[in-house]
Amino acid sequence: MSTSSFLAIRHLAVEFETRNGIVQALDGINIDINKGDMVAVVGESGSGKSVTAYSVLGLLGDNGKISRGSIVYDGMKIHPADKSIFGEIRGNEISMIFQNPMSTLNPIRSVGNQIRDMLLQHVRATRQTADAAVEALLEQVKISDVQRVKKAYPFELSGGMCQRVMIALALACEPRLLIADEPTTGLDVTTQKSIMDLIHNLAQEKGLAVMLITHDLGVAQQYCNRVVVMEKGKVIERSDDHSIFKSPQHPYTQKLLDATPDLYSKVTDLTAEPPQALLSPAPKLSNEPLLSVSNLVKEYSASKRWPWSEKTGGFRAVNNVSFELFKGECLGLVGESGCGKSTLSRVISRLEQPTEGTIIFNGKDISKLSDKEFRESAFRRDIQMVFQDPTGSLNPRHTVAQLIAEPLLRLEASQSKAELAKKVAALAEKVRFPEALIQRLPHQLSGGQKARVGIARAIALNPKLLILDEPTSALDVSVQAIVLQLLEQLRRELGTSYLFVSHDLNVVKMLSQRVLVMQTGEIVEVGETDQVMNNPQHSFTKTLLESIPNLAMSA
Amino acid sequence: MTEATGMNRARWRQYQYILGQNPLSVFSMTLFLIFVFIAITGSWWVPYDPLASDTANALQPPNANNFFGTDHLGRDVFSRVVVATRLDFFIALSAVSVSLVVGTVLGALAGYFGGWYDKIIGRIADTILAFPLFVLAMGIVAVLGNSLINVIYATVIINIPFYIRVARAEVSIQRNYQYVQAALLSGNSQLRTLFFHVLPNCLPALMVQLSLNMGWAILNAAGLSFIGLGVRPPTAEWGIMVAEGANYIISGEWWLVLFPGFTLMLAVFCFNLLGDALRDLVDPQKRS
Repeated sequence: MSTSSFLAIRHLAVEFETRNGIVQALDGINIDINKGDMVAVVGESGSGKSVTAYSVLGLLGDNGKISRGSIVYDGMKIHPADKSIFGEIRGNEISMIFQNPMSTLNPIRSVGNQIRDMLLQHVRATRQTADAAVEALLEQVKISDVQRVKKAYPFELSGGMCQRVMIALALACEPRLLIADEPTTGLDVTTQKSIMDLIHNLAQEKGLAVMLITHDLGVAQQYCNRVVVMEKGKVIERSDDHSIFKSPQHPYTQKLLDATPDLYSKVTDLTAEPPQALLSPAPKLSNEPLLSVSNLVKEYSASKRWPWSEKTGGFRAVNNVSFELFKGECLGLVGESGCGKSTLSRVISRLEQPTEGTIIFNGKDISKLSDKEFRESAFRRDIQMVFQDPTGSLNPRHTVAQLIAEPLLRLEASQSKAELAKKVAALAEKVRFPEALIQRLPHQLSGGQKARVGIARAIALNPKLLILDEPTSALDVSVQAIVLQLLEQLRRELGTSYLFVSHDLNVVKMLSQRVLVMQTGEIVEVGETDQVMNNPQHSFTKTLLESIPNLAMSA
Repeated sequence: MTEATGMNRARWRQYQYILGQNPLSVFSMTLFLIFVFIAITGSWWVPYDPLASDTANALQPPNANNFFGTDHLGRDVFSRVVVATRLDFFIALSAVSVSLVVGTVLGALAGYFGGWYDKIIGRIADTILAFPLFVLAMGIVAVLGNSLINVIYATVIINIPFYIRVARAEVSIQRNYQYVQAALLSGNSQLRTLFFHVLPNCLPALMVQLSLNMGWAILNAAGLSFIGLGVRPPTAEWGIMVAEGANYIISGEWWLVLFPGFTLMLAVFCFNLLGDALRDLVDPQKRS
């Protein structure tokens, strides 16, 4: 750690004043970044990795302050220093790209104009040269269709395209340090790969120093030459080579590495001490189909603006899908965003009516039942769902006890309060939700706890089929590991069949015996999980597999 | 039972905490309670009969016997202001609560189901809003007949569009949250999901609207009686009192207008502040 590094963060401590007193967000961290470095700052939510970036750019809110330490950028003190210095530095010297490109771009200006504004404001171009400069920048971020994109508004572009535009914006003033805060979270793996490749190549070409904030050890390993691991506001481990991935020193790093799924990991590998129940061999599966879907179509009907006008905007989200799901099986359903996998799961759970095709569930065709008939039939209990967003899927006004009791109240015969409370407690125990928190509201719980409530609610009625719609994508990896193990354990205990919907093959393959791969509303590949992973047939499956950043450790 | 009382106590502490956060909330709550107290009990303890005239004692400035002075018929302004509270609050409360219920139901259905239903409800709301609302209220009272109940109807109708809009906007945001789908999976019907799951989460926004409208409804009722619609003299009512007193400002008898006017202003002010307090109380995010 020489003092001459390009960006030197020394003993940095940051405090936030909150209603519950002062919160120490950073506690004496040291990070060095040299020219041409690509440094990954890895940690889970609440570790202080974003706060680090914000302090470098002086973007801490009014309630946050740097209580100790210094930040030196290229020999120039950023902190302690006058705030006015940031006007010079931000954008010109240090740029930042954010997690959610759709919301960071101004929705009411075309992206070309936004880049143009930036160039003019920082006097990087004149009115005459601005247009050409904008085009050059967009070309630089490998946008092939520059003329169209330039005139497009953010909502007209995909998430990946928006992130490219953000990168173009960040690079507009030729900064020498780029801070990327989870630039690919929320994007598909294939898009993630192209964005990360782009950042990597640009950094190499331009000798740009990059600070990559990420929760994904796979991305860190694949793209960064140095890694800093943070936990609870402290740097707990750092490495200048990739030794950290082979022989981590700190137990937390080891835990993170274990919890990060790779091509070979099994669900039991994710934590140091997996539950006993998972160590015994999995029960034999039957070949009796629980669900068989044939030629299923979901079309969003074209709407008419006026009764006499032409129909416009029809869209086929699920196109002629057929598959079978056996009793007790976990069937994976993998695809990118917009491929129709969520629509398919909503149609099967009868939150939406299918347009065509049949859904035979337990020997009966449920696709022809009306909403009301379905709700009043026994099938409503048998098909339940765990949702993607652990926060949004819990009614913010209901306590945990009310949330878990809701399906029991609605679909179970009337029961006394005491009975109900007993059942709720039993369910909470089953998903290992701490009983003391049962009267809390969702916003008082952690992400993992919320996920448990969602699962408890879904298994309350002992469903035969549980649809898991990206149940862990909003969770930290260590929490994801525990939730996945819990799900596997519940499947073995209860004999429930799962339809596991996810964009992440690495996660899906740990729980599923068979996998469906979906692309633009159609199923392009079906097969045993191992077979699909090791010997993919369809080109799309191959692309998906290649895009996943993998920890090449498998020790 | 003990568990329930324990929970009630916790909830009460919760309310105390939230109110403690914002002294203005406590102030507006106190003011509101005072108004309610006056409205309920006022007619029993006022010093004079609000309708009894005493021409010998007309147009007296405020003094020890008549705190707010007397009007042109020698009636005690203080007694009249106090007694009028009940009538004005009654008009505002009944009108606003009816428009809250009707407007919220219509708006919630429009926001939840969308489609043609949404278009029709939305256009109706727009149509009402296209009129200058006070003039519309005047028109409604003029057509239906000059009576108290018709003033309430008129106030209901001109308030409904606001609730439709707020409820529609809130519901169409809330319905995209996954808890709505979770409620459907738990066996709730669409309507039950809307009214028992979605709508309670729209309460914070509706509460603010409710409180703001209360102040506005009081002003509206007073305004209608000011121009001679609805409540008729000699009934004690703030709007009428201001109207009657207005003739005497020129001759220097300011107390006829000032006291009812000031009370009216205080009531409107109180309701506007109360909006913030109510929102804090019904917003679960504030509970920690």
